[in-house]
Amino acid sequence: MVEGKILKVSGPLVVAEGMREANMFDVVRVGEKKLIGEIIEMHGDRASIQVYEETAGIGRGDKVVSTGAPLSVELGPGLLSNIYDGIQRPLEVMREKYGSNLTRGIDEPALDREKLWHFEAALKYGDEVESGDVLGIVQENEVINLKIMVPPKMKGTIVDLKSGDFRVTDPIGKIKLSDGNVENLTLLQKWPVRLARPYKEKLPPVDPMVTGQRVIDALFPIAKGGTACVPGPFGSGKTVVQHQLAKWSDVDLVVYIGCGERGNEMTDVLREFPELTDPRTGKSLMERTVLIANTSDMPVAAREASIYTGITIAEYFRDMGYSVAVIADSTSRWAEALREMSGRLEEMPGEEGYPAYLTSRLAQFYERAGKVVCLGSDGREGALSAIGAVSPQGGDISEPVTQATLRIVKVFWGLDATLAYRRHFPAINWLNSYSLYRDRLSGWFKEHVSKSWMDYTARCLKTLQLEADLQEIVKLVGMDALSPEDRLTLDVAQSIREDFLQQNAFEGFDSYTPLAKQNALLELIFTYEDLARDAVKKGADVESVCELPVHERIGRAKAAPTDSYEAEYASIKNEMVSQLDELVAAAKED
Amino acid sequence: MIREYKTIEEVAGPLMLVKQVEGAKYDELGEIELPDGEVRRCRVLEVNGRNVLVQLFESAAGLNIANSKVRFSGHGVELPVSPNMLGRVFNGMGEAIDGGARIIPEKSLDINGTPINPAARYYPSEFIQTGVSTIDGLNTLVRGQKLPIFSGSGLPHANLAAQIARQAKVRNTDDKFAVVFAAIGITFEEADFFISDFKKTGAIDRTVLFINLASDAAIERISTPRMALTAAEYLAFECNMHVLVILTDITNYAEALREVSAARKEVPGRRGYPGYLYTDLATMYERAGRKMGSDGSITMIPILSMPEDDKTHPIPDLTGYITEGQIILSRELYRKGFLPPVDVMPSLSRLKDKGIGAGKTREDHANTMNQLFSAYSRGKEAKELMVVLGEAALSPIDRLYAKFADAFEAEYINQGFYENRSIEETLDLGWKLLSILPRSEMKRIKPEFIEKYWPKEAHA
Repeated sequence: MVEGKILKVSGPLVVAEGMREANMFDVVRVGEKKLIGEIIEMHGDRASIQVYEETAGIGRGDKVVSTGAPLSVELGPGLLSNIYDGIQRPLEVMREKYGSNLTRGIDEPALDREKLWHFEAALKYGDEVESGDVLGIVQENEVINLKIMVPPKMKGTIVDLKSGDFRVTDPIGKIKLSDGNVENLTLLQKWPVRLARPYKEKLPPVDPMVTGQRVIDALFPIAKGGTACVPGPFGSGKTVVQHQLAKWSDVDLVVYIGCGERGNEMTDVLREFPELTDPRTGKSLMERTVLIANTSDMPVAAREASIYTGITIAEYFRDMGYSVAVIADSTSRWAEALREMSGRLEEMPGEEGYPAYLTSRLAQFYERAGKVVCLGSDGREGALSAIGAVSPQGGDISEPVTQATLRIVKVFWGLDATLAYRRHFPAINWLNSYSLYRDRLSGWFKEHVSKSWMDYTARCLKTLQLEADLQEIVKLVGMDALSPEDRLTLDVAQSIREDFLQQNAFEGFDSYTPLAKQNALLELIFTYEDLARDAVKKGADVESVCELPVHERIGRAKAAPTDSYEAEYASIKNEMVSQLDELVAAAKED
Repeated sequence: MIREYKTIEEVAGPLMLVKQVEGAKYDELGEIELPDGEVRRCRVLEVNGRNVLVQLFESAAGLNIANSKVRFSGHGVELPVSPNMLGRVFNGMGEAIDGGARIIPEKSLDINGTPINPAARYYPSEFIQTGVSTIDGLNTLVRGQKLPIFSGSGLPHANLAAQIARQAKVRNTDDKFAVVFAAIGITFEEADFFISDFKKTGAIDRTVLFINLASDAAIERISTPRMALTAAEYLAFECNMHVLVILTDITNYAEALREVSAARKEVPGRRGYPGYLYTDLATMYERAGRKMGSDGSITMIPILSMPEDDKTHPIPDLTGYITEGQIILSRELYRKGFLPPVDVMPSLSRLKDKGIGAGKTREDHANTMNQLFSAYSRGKEAKELMVVLGEAALSPIDRLYAKFADAFEAEYINQGFYENRSIEETLDLGWKLLSILPRSEMKRIKPEFIEKYWPKEAHA
């Protein structure tokens, strides 16, 4: 056990001497209060330590003791439905034991040491196993079967394994390793957060992560195992978009990292998710969710760690063959934490004071996403999708964090303050957002939704682009200067914006739209366009077409109940036909 | 035994370096005794071997390197608190300056507080009626929220804040209510405006004031808001009161922070403000809220003046990322004489959705709010178009929208600083204005509400 003495304290940075024997990135306990820290630099026998708790009251000469192990998370039954801080301390337990404010130097295990879990063994004596093989199952809750796996880097023969009720640290069996040593197996595994968990092989992502958010699924889809970012100024609805993704994405598990954001937002998730039902399982959404909270008033160094804590937990579930989404709100706060530590280490700054390694750290984070063949002999596949919010200062996306992120991620959902002021939500700007997965996912959409899906969505994008061009003209010379065709284009674009893209996160059937309904809604809008163009060609007055009463029903179509929208849409189409026919007939009489 | 050091090596701006110190702790409170016996306070910013860098809370004028003595207190900066603080005036360092009786403290609390465990928070959802239509109707404030006012030089943010402090109440309750007011580097006149307003309405008896004026040491401003918040936390979470905290002006606070950061030669972020400005502001703003184990709450209204009315300036920008919405004042409305000049489009209350509706305000609130927003937005667009192309270019319906926008500004926004509207009055006024438009335009309102609330007589 290496023990040193403190030389320097500057905010979350502590320098200690007498640490020559300690390892880089070892966790240390600082001072009498035993604050948790991590060695981030070594110079001779001096170690620079970032401390994950407030350092007030620490001074020269205080003791620093290395634990000899890197910052790790505990993986096993009990993670789900839980809320942790940035270094995986259980916040509910801390509240019960230590009151409603966070006190320092608390050391609580992440997983309950007393609770018994029922383990059902899947293997038996004499089975040859390699790392990743499923030893057995713990039914953690009604939604998730937790697969207990042989830890990475282990290979050998099972010499003992039994079903039964165990605490997380109890031995459930023994494995004889290839080198002859026998080791105990437990439900609990530990893994260092800064190291990506291994897998066999990475695969290209080919299936979409369906979110039920129309602008995302139809225009800028994300793949399972893909990466996306959501930059936007404050008030543009970043958090609502993130919450919607956490609620409705068709993944098995969600790890939600509140990184340097508002305390009340985490509370909102914590109080609201248990009340919501997952449309696919019919169970509470909280049962598939793990929350990591480092709110903006919590110590800044732990913010840096929270991202890694979250993604390591997600990788653990991915290794079981699940599809997992990591949602990080916001990576800008994480980058600022890096900047603060870098400044205190007196490193040479890059752009806007951010350290020069900002881009590579961001890339490392997002590269831990992906669709993979997991370890284990059964060849199961898991996917980890990563979605990061970015909070650019002043909404200016030319700043370093957004730019560095855009170089890595494949999907960009750019939030726009002007849309938000007009109460167009989700305020994802259709002109500058993009998804590089559109082509790769087209096969899936054609097979599982409809053959025309890709055409409809491409037509949406094209119409919206045309609208932007036409708006320029309208601003200069007024609406009257447009040809009837162009006038109709504006009408259809408005319908796409208001009746399709706008989606109310807080309203019953509108909050989540299944793909089939999205497709039907698009079909409805484009049927209108085709019929309207035809009617105008036959002489109908374009202004009258744009003011047809059927528009109001199209406008309410998105809120139609999921199980009965088809009849409603068919009836709207009939009304469209008859109203347009009347106009054509009237035109012929004139 | 407390040791005294006569080893001051350097004084530069707000910073002082003391050498050969044993046992000073990070963030510890220190005292400097001048040769004439005067005592000033300081705080440890960095311990580096035996060198200790401290930040002064007062001006360095008259400080003599050779003969001044420094001692460290063994604890952080603390505020002695007691329920008797109500009705009293303190300076920015928490010392009573109103000449009243000495306060016998119940306890002393560290002014930095500790973070609230998010698992121990209650989500704020109790509607506060401020009597201001643009806030109650469109950007509803709830208990435990932090809702800043973004203002600019020459705009009447002080009047609005005073109006809220005067009128705010949670209906159908008689909970204990208090105001904590922190003046951070504002002028005597502005501080006096608040004090005399509190006196006039009798609110002064349930108010705690912390005053750091423009003429006081800038560096003291770093602790002023924390003093105020510590007092607020004590009143809210230990005395179970509902506390409204008004902090004005955060811009002065951020500038004091920049001064210290620049003196330490730290790598600056945007516009010379330190890279940790976000974290620093968050540790203040996040102290608002409600938490388990206490019936009290802290609702916070920080006021900040945006340099050049620029919302993307780091101070309003970072504030907006932390607070739960913002009330933005508009110079244009102010010039038109509409008071309070709340710019409703970019203003926002993030917590409104759970504070309104049946049982809290009224069932039609959410629907009418959305309809008012969209109608006002369309009306403003129509008016812009009218400027370019003339009124004749507008369709008849757009002309109605333009008319609506004008009436909305003149009646809904414009209410003056002394009219106290109940939420029903605000909602009914909304309906009256909406009835300028045809009923078929009410696409965001459920038909049953239109049936129930649509005004019987058409708008004159």
